[in-house]
Amino acid sequence: MVAQDIALELPQGVRHALIGPNGAGKTTLINLITGMLRPDGGQILLGGHDITALRPEARVRQGLARTFQVNTLFPHLTALESVTLAVLERQSDSRTWWRSLPAYRGGIDEAYSILRSLRLAQVCHRLTRELAYGQQRLLEIALALATRPRVLLLDEPAAGVPKDESAELFSAISDLSSELTVLFIEHDMDVVFRFASRIIVMVGGRILVQGAPEEIARDERVREVYLGRGRHASA
Amino acid sequence: MAGFFGVLFDGFAYGMLLFLLSVGLSVTLGMMNFINLAHCSFGMLGGYVTVTLMERLGWPFLATLPAAFVAAAALSMVLERLLFRRAYRAGELDQCLLTIGVVFMSVASAAYIWGTVQQPVQLPDYFSGSLVFLGVNFAYYRLFLIATALAVTALLVAGLEWTRFGAQVRAAVDNQRMSRGLGIDVDRAFAITFALGSGLAGFGGSLAIAMVGLDPDFAFAYLIYVLIVVSVGGLASIGGSFAAAAVLGISDMAGKYYVPQLGSFLIYLVMVGVLMWRPAGLFGRR
Amino acid sequence: METAPPHLHLHAQTRWSSLEIAFWLSTLLPFALLPSYLQLANQIAVTALFALSLDLILGYAGIVSLGHAAFFGVGAYTAGILSKYLWGEPLSLLAIGALAAGVVGYATSWIIAYFRHLALIMITLGLGLLLYEAANSASWLTGGADGLQGVSIRPLFGVFPFDLYGRTAYAYSLLALFLAFLVARRVIYSPFGLALRGIRENPLRMPAIGAPSRAHIRKIYTIAAVMAGTAGALIAETTESVSLETLSFQRSADVLVILILGGAGRLYGGILGAIIYMVARDQFSGINPQYWYFWIGLLLVAVVMFLPNGILGGFAKFFPRKA
Repeated sequence: MVAQDIALELPQGVRHALIGPNGAGKTTLINLITGMLRPDGGQILLGGHDITALRPEARVRQGLARTFQVNTLFPHLTALESVTLAVLERQSDSRTWWRSLPAYRGGIDEAYSILRSLRLAQVCHRLTRELAYGQQRLLEIALALATRPRVLLLDEPAAGVPKDESAELFSAISDLSSELTVLFIEHDMDVVFRFASRIIVMVGGRILVQGAPEEIARDERVREVYLGRGRHASA
Repeated sequence: MAGFFGVLFDGFAYGMLLFLLSVGLSVTLGMMNFINLAHCSFGMLGGYVTVTLMERLGWPFLATLPAAFVAAAALSMVLERLLFRRAYRAGELDQCLLTIGVVFMSVASAAYIWGTVQQPVQLPDYFSGSLVFLGVNFAYYRLFLIATALAVTALLVAGLEWTRFGAQVRAAVDNQRMSRGLGIDVDRAFAITFALGSGLAGFGGSLAIAMVGLDPDFAFAYLIYVLIVVSVGGLASIGGSFAAAAVLGISDMAGKYYVPQLGSFLIYLVMVGVLMWRPAGLFGRR
Repeated sequence: METAPPHLHLHAQTRWSSLEIAFWLSTLLPFALLPSYLQLANQIAVTALFALSLDLILGYAGIVSLGHAAFFGVGAYTAGILSKYLWGEPLSLLAIGALAAGVVGYATSWIIAYFRHLALIMITLGLGLLLYEAANSASWLTGGADGLQGVSIRPLFGVFPFDLYGRTAYAYSLLALFLAFLVARRVIYSPFGLALRGIRENPLRMPAIGAPSRAHIRKIYTIAAVMAGTAGALIAETTESVSLETLSFQRSADVLVILILGGAGRLYGGILGAIIYMVARDQFSGINPQYWYFWIGLLLVAVVMFLPNGILGGFAKFFPRKA
């Protein structure tokens, strides 16, 4: 049992943080929501529509995007090419094989402006594999943004990024549209309390508690999980 | 009816041969995900070792079998260390190309050293003839083949289940990263498994001469069969390889006996069909 | 420093370089300089076309196929058989052969798009072998192991015969290669081409950006099948013979070697590989074919160990320019 009895609601525009010990099932939850894993039971609704039966790419088209905890990028494509690809896929222009790519000025410009908003404009013509790790994490987010999501799931967006850079990364996230619903998995409590207006705590495959940051901070069970000798804390 | 059981028996014997040739590849593929298309070259080597020892040095047939095993295992260790080890991280295509290159070289070398003719092998007298039971011919050699394969299967299963090395192999197949984390020397375990598997292929190659013949084409022709067994049976599954090899052997014999115009059509169809239904093989995971 | 509009940078990559233009002009040289080698040049052009078609699925979409000769053979046999029973007009036969291969490619693409890794490799191998066996058995149609007898092709446009000198043959094949190349080039520099590279680079990321990977794969697989079928029909027409070898695993393996030698995913890799391989084979044709394969094997091992991106990849290290 990796994830069990999940009842979760993400109101629009709210920044949610999903926290919990390693192995609690947080990434599994994202995989279930995005369709990479099939649930044994239950429903997933996006904006009121049932998307449980939809394939992952169809869910993206409905406005559900995610990033990966481990960089899942296109090593030999440039940053600009990668984001342009995502934009063109969204517009279904990726089916065209007879027109040259540079002819899609609109798509390329949109990709460029996304990269610029994440401070990646100067390196947009560099191959992904040549980018610094922190820049790659930002590119992860750029790819997700290019799909024009309504709901954005970020799996440890600052994983492996040093403290000072991660602050910049999160401020870029908080600069995102206020209509965008964001859920991010995070381990750094400072970041969580600074950027999230709602916190969900997962332990052992279940949701332990969810609520406003102040409530969570005071919750006894959460303290036990993080500080105490609770049997839920994994090795 | 006797014809049917005869085909069943012969097919099963053939399947046992395929099992011996395939089981090594199945385990090493499952363990390291290394696509070694040169696996049947070791089988071919075993066959040629047997032929050479018998013809040049007058060794008795049974004595050449362990020699074939050792020769194939030894050569595989050399190749693994020098060449294959560097390709473990490479993509599937590169591994295919690298090992196909080795196959090409082995086939050409065999043709150069031994010529392209079929190698004759003179089986000892006690293998000639057959046991006749209920109207069906049970050739002694094929009975020997089946018995040997079953013994090998028992040894392999026992080894995997009850020895410490076997436990290491099982752990490495299951989760390589965690095994390393637990202190298991996965590389060493793999090198040994690779040698054992290749040795078994050599052993199988020796046994194969009397049943299907030996010429430089062996490395390629049986590669296809072995790949079918491995992909249908599932990676790292001894039971899967056994079942797939038996089914394949019987289907091929039956096909050639009852519908000879179709040739190998039937087994290719079975393979494609099984893989479409179960891409990880009948007994595979993932 | 990014001051120029971003699309201009992408545009620069799609321009024809002078090296490319020089190359295509040089393909005309054999007519004047090497008239006795035109049959070989024809074989090279056909092989280059075949390798180009494999590059589309392997170099650009990342699909490892051990059975690509299936489409080559379908094109060849279709053109050959129709020429025997219907008419010998080459252009229409070419079109029909290519179309037939495309249909087979489209049908199998539904299976191919579904699988990855070892299962995919084995399925492409299995499908190729199945077709070979089927052609072998259907000797009433294909001539079986003896090859197709009675292939007769009329002169091109009624004027240019396919003779032993090979002038018509080479011109015909070269033109087909060039046109196919133009199509391949268009595809690669299009949004679809970018999507294919995305599939090759990271098949997991594609669904996460909303890409219909399977539909993409089916499309390129079909296009590649049409191209391979064209090559097969060309060889049937220009040599007026078709044998089982066109469907064999040997041919699938050969074209793979050729493409890897030249460098996959670099548009010209197949052409370069074809030239080198066929010329070398012609030069060494005196040697026992067994020994030829020894050196090919050694070459493969060397390429994988030292030049993983083929010869063009090696060049790219010294003369960096995005492909």
